Amino acid sequence: MATSSPSRVETEAAKEFEIAGLIAATALVLLCHLFLPNRQRLPMTWMDPLPTWKRPFPLILEGVLVAGSLLAIARFVLGWRPGWLRHYLPLFTAAVVTVGVWDGVTQKLNWMRLPYFPGPDLVFGAMVEDAALLVESAWRSLVLLLSGYSVGVILGMTSGVLIGWFPHVRYWGMPIVKIVGPLPATALIPLAMVLSDNSFISAASLIAFATWFPVTMLTASGIANVRHAHLDVARTLGAGPAYLIWHVAIPSALPNMFIGLFMGLAASFLTLSVAEGVGVQAGLGYYLRWRQGAGMEYANVYAALLLMSAFFSSLMTALFLVRDRVLAWQKGVIRW
Amino acid sequence: MVGGAEGNALLVRDVSKSFRAADGTEVEVLENLSLEVAEGELVSLIGPSGCGKTTLLRLVSGLAHADSGTMFLGHAPILGPGAERGLVFQDPSLFPWLTVRRNIEAGLVARGVLREKRREVDEFLDLMGLNAFADVYPHQLSGGMAQRAALARALINHPKILLLDEPLGALDQFTRMRMQDEVLRLWQVRGTTTLLVTHDIDEAIYMSDRIVILTPRPGKIDKVLEVALPRPRMRASPEFLAMRARILEMLHFADGA
Repeated sequence: MATSSPSRVETEAAKEFEIAGLIAATALVLLCHLFLPNRQRLPMTWMDPLPTWKRPFPLILEGVLVAGSLLAIARFVLGWRPGWLRHYLPLFTAAVVTVGVWDGVTQKLNWMRLPYFPGPDLVFGAMVEDAALLVESAWRSLVLLLSGYSVGVILGMTSGVLIGWFPHVRYWGMPIVKIVGPLPATALIPLAMVLSDNSFISAASLIAFATWFPVTMLTASGIANVRHAHLDVARTLGAGPAYLIWHVAIPSALPNMFIGLFMGLAASFLTLSVAEGVGVQAGLGYYLRWRQGAGMEYANVYAALLLMSAFFSSLMTALFLVRDRVLAWQKGVIRW
Repeated sequence: MVGGAEGNALLVRDVSKSFRAADGTEVEVLENLSLEVAEGELVSLIGPSGCGKTTLLRLVSGLAHADSGTMFLGHAPILGPGAERGLVFQDPSLFPWLTVRRNIEAGLVARGVLREKRREVDEFLDLMGLNAFADVYPHQLSGGMAQRAALARALINHPKILLLDEPLGALDQFTRMRMQDEVLRLWQVRGTTTLLVTHDIDEAIYMSDRIVILTPRPGKIDKVLEVALPRPRMRASPEFLAMRARILEMLHFADGA
């Protein structure tokens, strides 16, 4: 049956090609990695005693090959091909090809040189070697980030609601927000270190500050822009000030507040990674700077970057999920 | 007589209201307007746009304050908004973040009586034919359905008077005529005193006991007409059309110029 959407006009052949495409791409990347000579002179690592095919990077490719073959069997024998698989297969194939190109231009062809550009073999090796340390660092980062972020969100929502709702608070509070808020939190690092001997507390305060500003601004504007008709209707239904704030102003400001939450989260990532490099002696940011500064160990730097990106984007995704739940009533009103 | 009106009657006496325009001049919107709506009566306000119909309704609802004059609902002076005066706008203004059921519950929540009166929500969903839409968000409703929900939301508080500000003005002709019957049915069942602002002469004749025609700004009462036609009214009957012609004449639209 023909449909209007071109993305749905997929022939059987195209779908078969995609699963086969993943397997072919992975096999090609793996064969190149195993059998092409290395032009980069690899440093000595913990992986040296291992046969080439047992090192982490080729193991990952072999795992993908096995999974791809199982999926192909499930697809052709059982007819099992869920929607998410069809959706992500081309993207996943592209990721494998990208890693293959990375391997090619570094380790195999040495177009990009060591020590700054290690190939996937060294980076995944470093990730495995430092796994315990990286997990520990990610955990420390998470605790610090969430401590600062949640304090910033609570303060920001409170000050935003107060500024947005009460004209007197707006008169006195808005100038403070406008003067103090735009300061980059990272510029306040010297001040934060004076405020507390405890580097965790000063870093968490900085993250809270970085989060507070966008959350305050967007909450205040959301509250101040509540539709008058909604407030009027609520008043004629017998609503008092508490109902007007909690049941009218805040719900209608929520879409705006979520924009503030996203901006605050982005600001908190920046502040976190800077603060960890300066004062806090733990976390992914600290690991990153330590590995780079101590021994130019760029494989570890990239390992930490990969992990950091997974870490931050998981948090963003989590916030997206919360928003989709809380703002379910907007579906069909606003396109995300 | 200082003690106000009888029962749930509305008494508006010598009310004036002016606004400051953008250029700083005072614009008088209502001038010494007096009006009485008896208990259980349905009165329409019509007049040229800008004559202060909506302003009068906002004053009665308590959302705006008169510069001078007094207003009573029964014996109680009107000093601010309250649940005993329900208001419905042309725009249903449903809370988009609440389902239809929660919208209708809003008045009960606001007054802190949801627990005792939750059962009434189902009665009103029933009464307005909204059962199938109870758990739907407002953006999924048609204009007519949204206005039904808005009416139910106002009625759940059992207001002593219902203030309707062109509530059917945004609906298409057919939906509008159906909703007129709907509002009349509710009014006849419940006997709520009703003040209806409309710019639709047919609607005023079809629905009201009395029609109050306001003058252009500043708004004063120009004429008051009793609509003595028996209910249910025939929109195409000669008496109906004669009344329509009379009102058009009063509003100076009958010349054909």
